[in-house]
Amino acid sequence: MAKRAIPEINAGSMADIAFLLLIFFLVTTTMDIDSGISRKLPEKQDPNIKPPILKEKNVFVVNINRDGNILVENTDFMKVDELKDVAIKFLDNGGGKDKDGNTCDYCKGKKDPASSDHPNKAIISIESARGTDYGVYIQVQNELVAAYNDLRDRSSNELYGISFEELVKRAKDENNTKRKAEDLKVKVKRVKNMFPMIISEAEPVKFN
Amino acid sequence: MSKFSKKKKEMPAVNTASLPDIVFMLLFFFMVTTVMRETDLKIKPPKLPEATEVKKLEKKNLVSYVYVGKSMDGEIKGDVIQLNDKISTVKDIRNFILAKRESVAQNDINKLTTSIKADIGTEVGTIYDIKNELREINALKINYSTIAVPRKK
Repeated sequence: MAKRAIPEINAGSMADIAFLLLIFFLVTTTMDIDSGISRKLPEKQDPNIKPPILKEKNVFVVNINRDGNILVENTDFMKVDELKDVAIKFLDNGGGKDKDGNTCDYCKGKKDPASSDHPNKAIISIESARGTDYGVYIQVQNELVAAYNDLRDRSSNELYGISFEELVKRAKDENNTKRKAEDLKVKVKRVKNMFPMIISEAEPVKFN
Repeated sequence: MSKFSKKKKEMPAVNTASLPDIVFMLLFFFMVTTVMRETDLKIKPPKLPEATEVKKLEKKNLVSYVYVGKSMDGEIKGDVIQLNDKISTVKDIRNFILAKRESVAQNDINKLTTSIKADIGTEVGTIYDIKNELREINALKINYSTIAVPRKK
């Protein structure tokens, strides 16, 4: 019998098959990185401990009702985009002394004695109705965080010549030497402590 | 005929023999990077709010997701919470987080974050209940999941 040569498999369509698979994975791939506003919740409080008494001028009250209207300091209705500037004005006021008796030498505010004493003491309080839309609530949170970030950016630029975001990024860089990492950590902490983020949230009221 | 008369040259065809290799390389890249969604949403996919001041969640295995939105068929009124693959109540969050704690290394426990993926139409009261439950079990790091948008100048 004649020996028949085994025919070679035609690999010409291999590329087509690979392309098909490639397109499938291209379409199904979602490269979403989860991101969001990070927040640390306060620890559970012992109900017997009385909350500390705060001066009213050190508390910046933001009230959101169920229709999404924003009331600031119980007097002014405001739009979301105005909130940041007002919050900055409040935090940056530096009208008095902190608990160690230091004045705020990096504050650039009006030093109004009727507004907050020191960024260390300034508290932002968010009150909302239970029925408030989460979207509005997040917008308000976002604006308030933005106020803190702006102030921290300013301090960081003055002290180290780079933005706060850049500073944090550098501090997280894994290629740093140990000494440099320590050093950057201290810097980040210093800027953070200049404007500590103190946002308090009251229990939402049921009827509004 | 002059010495330098131009010969007509044929354009050589581009060799496509390595095309499959290139395509395969790309294919492998996408196969490796593809993350199939682990949980099927039983609620209407939440429309996340937009925010500018966002932080990235770095270690995905240290994040527990809490989905909040409206129910798919609209049968249940109000906000619905989904944990893993099940529609749950606020009370179930406790066990959900405790189970997550069991599954990670001891020294990673304080790095655990809870990501709240809530629809913009959710009531703040529901979110508050979730946060209160998280406080009860000392899971204090949370992240309001948002869509990052650039800051307006």
